[in-house]
Amino acid sequence: MTAARITDQTLGELREIAARYPQARSALLPMLHLVQSVAGQVTPEGIEACASVLGISTAEVTGVVTFYSMYKRHPVGDYHVGVCTNTLCAVLGGDAIFDRLKHHLAVGNDETTPDGRITLEHVECNAACDYAPVVMVNWEFFDNQTPESATQLVDDLRAGKQVQATRGARVCTWREAERVLAGFPDDRADEGPAAGPASLAGLMIARKRGWTAPGDKSRTHTQGALFGDEGEDQP
Amino acid sequence: MTDLLTPVLSDNWDQDRAWTLEAYETIGGYEALKSSLGMDQDELIAAVKDSGLRGRGGAGFPTGMKWGFIPQGPDADGTAKPHYLVVNADESEPGTCKDIPLMLASPHTLIEGVIICCYAIRAAHAFIYVRGEVLHVVRRLHSAVQEAYRAGHLGKNIHGSGYDLDVIVHAGAGAYICGEETALLDSLEGRRGQPRLRPPFPAVAGLYSSPTVINNVESIASVPCIIRNGVDWFVSMGTDKSKGMTLYSLSGHVKTPGQYEAPLGVTLRELLELGGGMRDGHELKFWTPGGSSTPILTAEHLDIPLDYEGVAAAGSMLGTKALQVFDETTCVLRAVLRWTEFYKHESCGKCTPCREGTWWLVQALERLESGDGSEADLEMLLDVCDNIVGRAFCALGDGAAAPITSSIQYFREEYLDHFEQGGCPFDPAASTVFEPAVVTA
Repeated sequence: MTAARITDQTLGELREIAARYPQARSALLPMLHLVQSVAGQVTPEGIEACASVLGISTAEVTGVVTFYSMYKRHPVGDYHVGVCTNTLCAVLGGDAIFDRLKHHLAVGNDETTPDGRITLEHVECNAACDYAPVVMVNWEFFDNQTPESATQLVDDLRAGKQVQATRGARVCTWREAERVLAGFPDDRADEGPAAGPASLAGLMIARKRGWTAPGDKSRTHTQGALFGDEGEDQP
Repeated sequence: MTDLLTPVLSDNWDQDRAWTLEAYETIGGYEALKSSLGMDQDELIAAVKDSGLRGRGGAGFPTGMKWGFIPQGPDADGTAKPHYLVVNADESEPGTCKDIPLMLASPHTLIEGVIICCYAIRAAHAFIYVRGEVLHVVRRLHSAVQEAYRAGHLGKNIHGSGYDLDVIVHAGAGAYICGEETALLDSLEGRRGQPRLRPPFPAVAGLYSSPTVINNVESIASVPCIIRNGVDWFVSMGTDKSKGMTLYSLSGHVKTPGQYEAPLGVTLRELLELGGGMRDGHELKFWTPGGSSTPILTAEHLDIPLDYEGVAAAGSMLGTKALQVFDETTCVLRAVLRWTEFYKHESCGKCTPCREGTWWLVQALERLESGDGSEADLEMLLDVCDNIVGRAFCALGDGAAAPITSSIQYFREEYLDHFEQGGCPFDPAASTVFEPAVVTA
């Protein structure tokens, strides 16, 4: 995959990000996300563009790039597949999933398949431990994975099928995801559920047993509707 | 006597399209903001102080006191620096998974809290620093902030009060250390995320060297319900020094992992019972009370109250209330090695004890796990830990030592077994969740 050049349009958007902040340098992290969305990685040209917009040296920008694990200095595939192998996910099956995917895709950690479709990486805890083992595709949640489900997932991605995250949207490309992280929203916020089953585990028990916080005025309508008790509806 | 579970923050997560302003308004959303705008700012700070709300991000520092530290009025030279609120939404502590579902399901709860806090501390800018690795949460935050602007909850002259506030959603780029509040500030200023020397504290010289409050997502999201229901309501839940309700995150070898919102002081035994117990045919071996940086505990600690004091008395910390439970199929050394590799990877490199120490810890643990270690390695491990704890620049170093020292305290024999048997006595396949379930009589 060849890296796209930083055009005048991108330079304009980099300046737009810088203008959002009381001090422009605060924009550097989102600006680098934008560079990745355009170039498919952080390129030397992208570093120079950030440095010139912010009036700092390329060394200062590079120092930031090398610090953060989401910034890649080699081309990333259309789909970044991150397998959590921090302790809890690893023990519950993340290690087995990562091993299976390495063999299935014939790539090592942080490597991309020859067709440029998938970059595989083991990632640190992604704050979804109650859905372990977890796989992230372009930073969308795929909960409660097995080696088989994860293999199917990457096969579907390689075949160009539309894939839906467990708690998230239809999966976009890695570059499109990076654009959202740069602060340019897409139109997918309303896709997917509010919460998955584990997020609601305690709430469902409380609903069933009629447990509530003492006289909390935020009692919801759904409670009365679902379980037939007298919900205190508030305006 | 309050109920065992008291859903407040999670109470609307099962609502249809709970993340929208429309849904949030049907449960009284932004009512607390309207009453706050009619209150004196110092009264608001006093209310949060009186509620006893303590930081839900791990350290447990009183939230209202943090707000109260922001100097008000002009400096000696007659000028005044702007004030800032920075929300720490960089949830990355292994095991911790409460803020992400909160922001995914109900971002407006957080944003309402942000506006109330900013009004109280007289800030005109707030930043939500969310880790970059949660794309859909970033989307929901963007969308909620846009809705709040359109509804007049943000922007100029909010609801005719004369008060202005802008909120920026800022995505990080993958660095655990940015959950440390001063490293987060450096990161938000567009630098490598490395912690700062204190003093000066952020309340005096934080973002752009200006007075700054940094609060965890759950802390700020707890503010609207306190304003809505009153201080007395909040303090009616919890224990003597740990007030209110909070999100406990149960994960690992439990039948029903998930979020359980309960008054502070509930026990793991009670939560495990609600979660259906450990998976069939297995028993609890060890657990973390609040993420991997809190010393592990065992089955003998099932009945300690999970509040700040109770867990401290047991030799650990409440931390983020991330209850990761592991059964007897889990090799404690494997678990600890993996956490240690994490700390080595995430050490920012600023200070020597942490940068070099975590590297040596991994070397020694790898040797022990593969069966090539000796008792001398065990002593070396403890010695290195001793040289990190209290000597590192920030809490990451202490956190790295916590699983090692606590696991040697409770499972020394298991460490010895590894080198006596020339390798790991455990089958990693037995601890996975897709291993065929053990048939019990």
